[in-house]
Amino acid sequence: MQIRVHGRGGQGVVTLAELLAHAAFDAGLQAQAFPSFGSERMGAPVMSFCRVSRRPIHTRQPVTEPDAVLVCDATLLHSVQVFDGLARHGTVLINSAKSISELGVAELVEGGARVELVPATELARAEGYGGKPNSVMLGASAYVLGIFSLQLAETAFRRRFGSAVPVGLVEAGYRHLAGAELPELPDGVEATGRPACAS
Amino acid sequence: MRELIEGSQAIAETVLRCRPEVVPAYPITPQTHIVERIGRLLKQSAGTRARFLTVESEFAAMSVAIGASAAGSRTYTATASQGLLYMAEALFNAAGLSLPIVLTVANRAIGAPINIWNDQSDSMSMRDCGWIQLYAQDNQQAVDLHVLAFRLAEQLSVPVMVCVDGFVLTHAFEPLEVPAQDLVDDFLPALVPEQLLAPAEPMTIGAMVGPEAFTEVRYLAYQQHAGAIELLPELSAAYQQRTGRAVPALSCYRTEDADLIALALGSVTGTLRAAVDQARQAGHRIGLVGLTLYRPFPDAQVRAALGRARRVVVLERAMAAGAGGAVTADVRAAVPGLPVHTLVAGLGGRAVSEQSLATALIAMADGRVDGMQVLDLRTDVVERESARRRAAVRPGPAAVNLLRDSAPGGSRIH
Repeated sequence: MQIRVHGRGGQGVVTLAELLAHAAFDAGLQAQAFPSFGSERMGAPVMSFCRVSRRPIHTRQPVTEPDAVLVCDATLLHSVQVFDGLARHGTVLINSAKSISELGVAELVEGGARVELVPATELARAEGYGGKPNSVMLGASAYVLGIFSLQLAETAFRRRFGSAVPVGLVEAGYRHLAGAELPELPDGVEATGRPACAS
Repeated sequence: MRELIEGSQAIAETVLRCRPEVVPAYPITPQTHIVERIGRLLKQSAGTRARFLTVESEFAAMSVAIGASAAGSRTYTATASQGLLYMAEALFNAAGLSLPIVLTVANRAIGAPINIWNDQSDSMSMRDCGWIQLYAQDNQQAVDLHVLAFRLAEQLSVPVMVCVDGFVLTHAFEPLEVPAQDLVDDFLPALVPEQLLAPAEPMTIGAMVGPEAFTEVRYLAYQQHAGAIELLPELSAAYQQRTGRAVPALSCYRTEDADLIALALGSVTGTLRAAVDQARQAGHRIGLVGLTLYRPFPDAQVRAALGRARRVVVLERAMAAGAGGAVTADVRAAVPGLPVHTLVAGLGGRAVSEQSLATALIAMADGRVDGMQVLDLRTDVVERESARRRAAVRPGPAAVNLLRDSAPGGSRIH
């Protein structure tokens, strides 16, 4: 599975790809994460990449045909071609409190993509981390991607941030999409091909 | 234990397990994560003998390294790009004085125009300064090469440069094993310096040598340096016994029956591997040689690896003005009679895609193209600027014109 993360400098875009790779690796998969290198400035569009596979990963080309696209900042939808190369039945997760039609991405859904929305900025702001939606996005990714459990996402997050950032934000992202009962996803399912629909 | 770790961090931890005694450091992108990490780890470790010195420039970093190494300390530093150029004079001195310093180069382009992204122009420009040069193909190799580098350097009394592609490797997280402290201790004995500058027994190193002996000094240094070709396989075998991982001078992938073999240095071998698979699926017999030991150049091993192919293409991560590619010239000399082509790719951070590589390799395998090729060259942009230069007396700086011509409306993925 190939994942591309879009956002703006300062939102934790590079860290999010890193944490996705950590959680996937802990789930027993091969994983690789790298940033789109270079002029990362606060507020400038930033990309990062993550590959997950059952087999060793050798390639180092940027992800141009993602199975999943994670958008940490919905204002990018109008300035960057964030859905470039997205697989036909690919998965999209957008940080937004708006609806699919308000965001103008209904076409994606009609084209066969699965689009999920999570108000990551608002949820993170409740804990004083509105500028860093990556924690919530990580939890939501655990649900949307179906390659690692919420627990592994939390472990990766805790390992990176210790107690400096509340790990509850990761759960909040997951819970927003999964509902209160937190259905368990087995670790390492569906590592290649289409993302599993967590039903 | 395998862990998912950033390249720079893994290199820093490995270097510390090699127990360096002096680390002079000056930051430069994309190397900074390495020395930052070393500095932080040293600060945390009580009772360490290691000295971490922040200096005022790369020239100072290498000069301090020379002093420390001459005084018998195991010495390490890291740099990139313009920083390596700023070290140039001291690099030649370190080699000329036979000092076993280990240096990481986080490969980055050289200006002008200024560019912070990855290619190998920096280390290629210093390929003949008397250091051993090793190029890491992935981060596991980057880590292992550092342990080997200290052994190579100290056993031969020759400094070693470990070249690691900036960003592509230094900033990538991937699974690897940082060799355990006891393994490193077992493999890498304490430094017994060949020469030692000490107040108790004063001596001169770096004497002026005139025409009567300069040639012989150089010749001996050449022989000493060439010793790495024989020593690396021995060290690799000893390292493999302890870790299960060999680090050969070069590695072959699907070359047995290959008509065309691509040869490359560094991390692009990973993407090339995928391109070779793609070309094979389309029915083309293409193979890959990843060259880890570049200086000294392992002639015989390169000849053995390429010998049965009908043609060879060298993927160059630097442009040699007036010659096309530096590695091509070395390879051509190693396999006389075999057609050797050049494919320049990935300059200044230009992404190298599997698809472009596969297309280029297939065209070369078919004999449809010859000589030097440049991967994904935007010929429209080049032609527009060429026309401008023909038409105007003062067309302005090409870099600025090209930037204006190619400025995208929104940022593109590739």
